[in-house]
Amino acid sequence: MTAKIAYDAVEVGTELPAQSFPVTRATLVQYAGASGDFNPIHWNERFARQVGLPDVIAHGMFTMAEAIRVVTDWLGDPGAVVEYGVRFTRPVVVPDDDQGALIEVSGKVAAKLDDNTVRVDLTATSAGQKVLGMSRAVVRLA
Amino acid sequence: MALDQSFVGRSYPPTDPYEVGREKIREFAEAIGDANPAYTDPEAAKVLGHTDVIAPPTFVFAITYKAAGQVVQDPQLGLDYSRVVHGDQKFAYSRPVRAGDRLSVTSTIESIKSLAGNDILDIRGEVHDEAGEHVVTAWIKLVARAPEEEA
Repeated sequence: MTAKIAYDAVEVGTELPAQSFPVTRATLVQYAGASGDFNPIHWNERFARQVGLPDVIAHGMFTMAEAIRVVTDWLGDPGAVVEYGVRFTRPVVVPDDDQGALIEVSGKVAAKLDDNTVRVDLTATSAGQKVLGMSRAVVRLA
Repeated sequence: MALDQSFVGRSYPPTDPYEVGREKIREFAEAIGDANPAYTDPEAAKVLGHTDVIAPPTFVFAITYKAAGQVVQDPQLGLDYSRVVHGDQKFAYSRPVRAGDRLSVTSTIESIKSLAGNDILDIRGEVHDEAGEHVVTAWIKLVARAPEEEA
């Protein structure tokens, strides 16, 4: 594992480059196929509304997969991720149009730990609201 | 109705091995729009010190979630799956999942709580490779919402 970021080069408060990830209905269909999660709340608006949702929502695991990209793109080596956890606080609602929704993710170093590891805290929002809580990764730096 | 606390600590038999394929990793990486070459190019993965392409961190979820189905669908436990939502998810890695891995999952019920009529179930999935070495542990928190009050 060879992260391109050196432990000595970061401090608590170091910000990772923020990114925005677009998600459309087509994205969700593709993710359903790749992940094997065919729950109709992620592609069938009629079904989503029947179970009380405002519209089709993104897979929570899709949002989780996008959020960690801020970390893995920063590290270079995704194998340097030691721990990663999130709480799914609000759904990402994906309307049936060409724009879809946007997941905006930022991260910063929250603690320097042993063995060249640091904890990164992530913030993920969509339509101005937090969609993940307690979103944290522990990563091993060079 | 609250779930039976005596299920806490119960482990389920290890799953049959899931063989991780390069093209399945590629398909997953494309679906999340991630062009990191460590997921698709064995040479790029080797430069980073991996023996083959590795999988994105959340790739293993599909395997551990399927394994958790043993718990979720255990008729003795009696979870109402139609009311279940995914609360939390966490992974702790000994190493990244990589192409060629044959992974087996052992699921254990870590805790059962009842909060405001909701059943909250924590399941730990220990993922080992064919040599029996630990690869990753996945924790999933499932929340079965309380049935709506009768009108």
